[in-house]
This record gives sequence, C-alpha cells and structure tokens, in this order.
Amino acid sequence: MVDLTIPDNQLQKAPSGIHGLDEITGGGLPRGRPTLICGGAGCGKTLFAMEFLMRGIVEHGEHGVFMAFEETAEELAANVGSLGFDLSQLEAQKKLAIDYVHIERSEIEETGEYDLEGLFVRLQHAIETVGAKRVVLDTIESLFSGLPNPAVLRSELRRLFRWLKNRGLTVVLTGEKGDGTLTRQGLEEYVSDCVIFLDHRVNEQTSTRRLRVVKYRGTTHGTNEYPFLIDESGISILPVTSLGLHHKASTRRIATGIPRLDEMLGGKGYFTGSTILVSGTAGTGKTSVAALLVRSTCERKERCLYFAYEESTDQLVRNMRSIGIDLEAYLKGGTLTVLPSRPTAHGLEMHLASMHKSINQLQPDLVILDPITNLITVGTAMETQSMMTRLIDFLKMRGTTTFFTSLTSGHDQEQSEVGISSLIDTWLMLDIVRNGGERNRTLTIIKSRGMAHSNQASEFRLTDAGVQLCDTYLGASGVLTGSARLAKEAEDEAVAIAAAQEIARKEEERERRARRLESQIDALREEFSVEDAKLERAIQQEKDRCDRLLAERQGMAKSRHAFVAPTNGKTGSFSEESQP
Amino acid sequence: MKPAPSATLSKERGIREPAAWELRLYVAGQTQKSVTALANLERICEVHLKGEYRIEIIDVLKNPQLAKGDQILALPALVRKLPTPVKKIIGDLSNEERVLIGLDLRATGAARS
Repeated sequence: MVDLTIPDNQLQKAPSGIHGLDEITGGGLPRGRPTLICGGAGCGKTLFAMEFLMRGIVEHGEHGVFMAFEETAEELAANVGSLGFDLSQLEAQKKLAIDYVHIERSEIEETGEYDLEGLFVRLQHAIETVGAKRVVLDTIESLFSGLPNPAVLRSELRRLFRWLKNRGLTVVLTGEKGDGTLTRQGLEEYVSDCVIFLDHRVNEQTSTRRLRVVKYRGTTHGTNEYPFLIDESGISILPVTSLGLHHKASTRRIATGIPRLDEMLGGKGYFTGSTILVSGTAGTGKTSVAALLVRSTCERKERCLYFAYEESTDQLVRNMRSIGIDLEAYLKGGTLTVLPSRPTAHGLEMHLASMHKSINQLQPDLVILDPITNLITVGTAMETQSMMTRLIDFLKMRGTTTFFTSLTSGHDQEQSEVGISSLIDTWLMLDIVRNGGERNRTLTIIKSRGMAHSNQASEFRLTDAGVQLCDTYLGASGVLTGSARLAKEAEDEAVAIAAAQEIARKEEERERRARRLESQIDALREEFSVEDAKLERAIQQEKDRCDRLLAERQGMAKSRHAFVAPTNGKTGSFSEESQP
Repeated sequence: MKPAPSATLSKERGIREPAAWELRLYVAGQTQKSVTALANLERICEVHLKGEYRIEIIDVLKNPQLAKGDQILALPALVRKLPTPVKKIIGDLSNEERVLIGLDLRATGAARS
C-alpha cells in the first residue's frame, strides 16, 4: 500500500507478519537488532511481541525465544491460544522456547559482587535449543524491581544488547510507558535502532488503539499514528494515509437496479469502482436505492458488503422486503454480508480499521455505508472527512464500487454534510416535493462523472412491487408529481379523448353526406331511366306508325300498280318527287 | 528438577549424609567471582554450621537448564534448599554479615545484640 521500498544496500529487515506493520516500516523490524515496543498498561505490547514471534515461526520459519518476566508459560499459552497459536505444540516441535524468569525481591539478599551471567546462560541455552533467530524480552524492566543494584543491572543490560546484536538476533523488548518518558526505566537508551509506541486513547468515551513508529534508524518509515485493532486474528494495523490519485478508472458499467435510472445515467448505470452518493432528507428512500443496487449486484453473483449504521440486519431485511427486495436470500447465499454497528461503538479510526479488515477479508465488489452522516457523531466533521477520504482512496485503489448514503437536513441539500462531495463520482439526490397536501419523492442526478446523464427530476415511487421511477409531468404548467401529476395527466387525457371524438364525429358526417349525395344521384338516374324508357317507347311508336303508313301506301300502290320509290330512311318517309 | 550427575558436573562439599543445611551454589565457570564466592561460603559454613551442612556446586555453563529451576539470573548465587523456606543470596558472599542474615543465621543466633 504505502510504497516505502528500500534499496538493497540498506538495512535488512525481518518481516513481522503483523498486518500492516510491514507496510509502515517498509518491510518489517530491523533484522539483527533490538526493537523497543513501549506503551501504557493494556496497550497490547505482549501481544505484539508474541505475534511477532509466532508469525516469524509459522510464516517465515524463524524460530524464537520468548523470555517472559511477567507471565508464566502457561498464562502466555492461554492468552495467545485465542489467536489460534498453540504454544505447547510449537515448543514440542523445538520451534519455540519460553523461559519464565521470575525474581522475588524479598527472597534475594545481595552479599557482594555479582553479574547477570545466569540470564545470559539461560537465554543462550534457549536460543541454542531451538536455533532461534528472534527473541522477545517481555518485560525486561521487571528486573529493576527484582534486583537491588540498578547500576549493575544497567551495565549488564548494555552488555546483554551488545551480546544479542553480536549474535544477529532480531529482538523485540517491551517496556512500560513512564511518566513523560517512553519507558519507565529508560530502556530506549539501550535500544537505538527502532522504537514503536503503542497507545490506547479514549476520546469522547470511545477508545482507539494507535501505533506510532517513534524512530527507526537507517530507514524511512511512516511517521503517522496508525490505528490498530486487536481481535481474534491478532493485531492489524492500518496504514491510513491518503494514498494519492493513482487508481485505474474502469469503463465497465453496472446496473443500478432501477431500469429507468440506468437510462438516466446514459443508459448503462454506474461505473464499477466509482463512488456513488445518495443524499436526501429523512424518509426519501436512500436505503431503498442502496438495496436495489445490492440486489442487482448480488444477482450477478458479485459480493456485497453492507455497513449499516442505523438498522440491524433483521430490520433491514424486513424493511426491504416491503418493497419486494429479498435480502435474506442473498445473505444466505453468501453474496451479501451486512455488518451493523453503532457509530458510537468505536472511534472513527477504529471504524476505518475494522472496515479495512472486513473489506480485505471479504473482498467485496460493492461496499455500502448507510449512512455516512452517522459517523459524524463520533468525530468532528473534519475528522470524518479525512476518514472518508482515506476510505474512498482505499476502495478506489481496490477498484471496489462504493455506495454512500447521506442524510441531509433543512434547505441546503446540495451540500453533503460530510463534505466529500468533491470525491464523489455519481451523486444522486432524493428530494421531497410538497404539493396538493402530499409529499412526493423525486430523484435527481446532481452529477455523474464521465457519462451523459439526464437533467430531469424523476418521480421516485416505493410500491409493494418495488421501486418505480416515472417521469414527472412536464407541461406548460410546470413539473408536477404525485396526484397532481395524475390529475393533470387525467385532464390531458380527457382533452385528448374529446379531440379524438370530435374527429370521429366529423368523419362520420363527411361519410353521411357522401352517402346522401350518392343516393340522390341514384334517384335522379332512376328518374332519368324512366323518362328515357318512355321516350324510347314514343319514338318506337312513331317509327312503327311511319312504317305502317309506308306499308299501307305501298299496298295501295301495288293495288293501283303505281310505282313506288324505295324509301331512304328508316322512317320510311316518301318524297313528293317519287310520286309521279 | 533432576539433580545433576554429581561425579562430573558438580562438586560437593561438607558431609555426605542428608544434612540439616543443604546449600547450592550456582556459578558460571571458574571466574574470580566464583572462586571468591566458594571460598567465602566454605569459610562461613565451617564457622557457623560445622558438620551440619552440604554444599552442591552447579556450573550453569555446563548445566544451563538447571538455572531455570531455581530462577537463577544473577551469579554467583547461593540457594538454601534446607531448611525451608528456600532462600536466595546473590553476590560473591564477601559481606559475611549479609550472608548470615540471608541464611537466617544471624536472626536465630541473636548475635546482633
């Protein structure tokens, strides 16, 4: 994470195996030299030392000696047994030697010159027994209360560290924090190579463990205070710095879970690895938008990690079921993990540390924080902002899609309270529009980097069947939502129907007229044909009469033997000239 | 803690039989301090515990695991195994007064008065 790579010619380091420490120190503790771990009571010194030794044995094959001045071997075994380390087995395998050193001041009478050769002999014996590379002295300061002559002790300690160094042993010694000094007995004067300070601080009733590398001779190291966690897997330290802007930008898009919203976001949805914020006042449906994204992600068999700061898992499942989202199936299927916690349960750093840890463990594709505004109750706005920045950086480096919800209050809704708006890639705002005695939800895209997106507010409806986004009423009288929209839509529809009916009526009229004209024409034609027939009959009669006349005349002529000129026409008219 | 094989690794002084005073002197090699401590111890025992004591000398360089048993850190160290309770005295035993106090010889003998 933090790039503190050391060139080859520099100090050799012994990887500690403690999560995060090797990143801070650029590889581990100085090899072949002593490191002092100091801090107040209960800050985790012994655990730190023990984990260093255990990880050395288990992960790096470097055997170790634990010289305990405070706890017996049995007590130690019981204490670290919960971390999954089996001390007695490692001892049996000759990988670990535990030597419990105990001095009872009252039993000892000093009668002349002495030295601590006995300690050297025991240490050497233990080291030779297991072939140790690492040695822990926890806490050598106890000798100061056990032995009467500090001057002898100091010179012997000096000799001891020289002796350990000459043997090339990587040593961790612990020391109790003194009043204004790093250790009560000034152990730091013997250990000049590396000093790590552990702290357990309570601020506003929440406690945070922190670690700081006070000094590390011959190498660069992270100088900040780093929060750390102690849990069932040991110590994990979080190098929480802002890591810079080197993350890769993905071009893959994922569905939002609301088809209409996908459309509004250029037709494809969010970018993977982007940071999405949904802000809105109370009851605008922020969690529902989150749950929809969870559904679409889980349906693709991708992993979701949901940090719930407001609702318990059960409550979340129940509530989302009411809009038709069955989170329980995803929980059972293992694609969804919900981690509910009260923001006030830990300090901010602790939250960040535990988030890091769960994220590293679960490797999710999507992380949801609902809502981030609750975290402000733990720290100041500035602290929260810095925490969010580091979290966003961390998630971006991993390429994890991140979804935040943020509760806004009052009128200034385009201002996210945590002040991280500039870090957000896609920002949706849920709003309430009040009119006609009702409150209606609207969804607007305030920004969405890298994609064409709609500038139109859509009405956001939560129904039994799920979430629906519908277009708001757009018309001359403005943007309307809810029943006002329905009323206006109905009105418009009525107008449209009336117009359609009018058209139909006119069409009919036209047809009727045509039909009437047609029938008139028919009637006239009928009349005409009657007339026509009459006339034809008259003509025929006339012709018949003419023929008859001609025939009579010819008959008459025949009878008189007169010449009858042939007739010219049908009419059979005769001419006066033909008659002689 | 198993006792060291006496022939090779430890030298014994005083009487052979089970003694009222069983003392164990831990040293690291034949250093000046070791030699001084042994000489002082023998002298004190001869004066105060004649015929009642047995001294076992353990060289932790040869028998390092024995140092663990009696929780020996500082050397030379004298451990009074008997009479109980176990007492520990560190140093080269050159301060006879403190040795006697440490072995509870001074208190019982009421020599202080």
